[in-house]
Amino acid sequence: MSEATAKRSSLAIWLPLALFGAFFVLVIWGLVRPADREVASAFIGKPLPQFALEAAAQDRPGLSTADFKTGKPKLLNVFASWCVPCAIEAPQMDALAKRGVEIHGVAIRDRSEDVARFLATNGNPFTRIGKDDVSEVQVGIGSSGVPETFVIDGKGVIRYQHIGEIRPEDVDLILRKLAEAGQ
Amino acid sequence: MTRFVKQFAGALLLVLLALAHPATAQDLLPPAPYAYKQLEDPALEAKAQALMETLRCLKCQSQAISDSDAPMAGDMRHQVRTRIAAGEEPEAIRTWLVERYGDYVSYAPQNKPIMWPLFAAPLFILVMAALLLRGRFRRDPKDTGK
Repeated sequence: MSEATAKRSSLAIWLPLALFGAFFVLVIWGLVRPADREVASAFIGKPLPQFALEAAAQDRPGLSTADFKTGKPKLLNVFASWCVPCAIEAPQMDALAKRGVEIHGVAIRDRSEDVARFLATNGNPFTRIGKDDVSEVQVGIGSSGVPETFVIDGKGVIRYQHIGEIRPEDVDLILRKLAEAGQ
Repeated sequence: MTRFVKQFAGALLLVLLALAHPATAQDLLPPAPYAYKQLEDPALEAKAQALMETLRCLKCQSQAISDSDAPMAGDMRHQVRTRIAAGEEPEAIRTWLVERYGDYVSYAPQNKPIMWPLFAAPLFILVMAALLLRGRFRRDPKDTGK
């Protein structure tokens, strides 16, 4: 064995340890920073699918695709009475409604009496509420949970998706996205 | 000692049971018509079943929609079965879902450039192994066999 190859093999002896170290760092990295489990909709920029939902509450009409094609951007809020974070975002929804934002609701797998109770407790920021008993609209727009809020422009095109509850610090972002959709 | 172990095991079980309680609320609505009901035509049901086994449940992301009891998975099975019954091809339904949720919703591998390293890796390892073995088996020119 020449001197050069001896040197090379003495370096090579560290290779398994280096590989192990790299693997170890990878595992620790995965533990301290778990992967993002949210599934973003791939349907942003595309028009809403055709749907016509029956009314979920007595004092609000049902919801169809045509209700979004009125020239003014609106919010589509996917919610449910059985969803805990949906109650958490209720004050923010009310604040948005008070600022003139039109919000249409889609109640996922919900009974009318439960929706009524939910709205009586948490307030009703919705103009219309559709009843989506088989998650038809939810799957149709690529939403994978409740609550989710979509910004829909005046032509009925999905412009933005907010996953999870709208927190007080998110309100400005939602208003900005609505303004962008109105341009 | 054994009593302590038993008590400890009991306490551990209680903690685990408490943790196992589902954290998310559930709806009270009955499942969608075709969530748990098979299609009448066995050939169509087989088609739907094969497709459902390769679609990801978005609520319980390591399961297929055919494995999951999440209400949303039931609604997706309903969606798949009614579309199959209406004469849609399974791959068209897969494309329809991928349009909405991205490639993540499908378990079936796709022929996309990002997959090439995965397919190339076994070939690369085989070639490397062959080269390594060739080096090992080659006779040393100074070795005369004596």
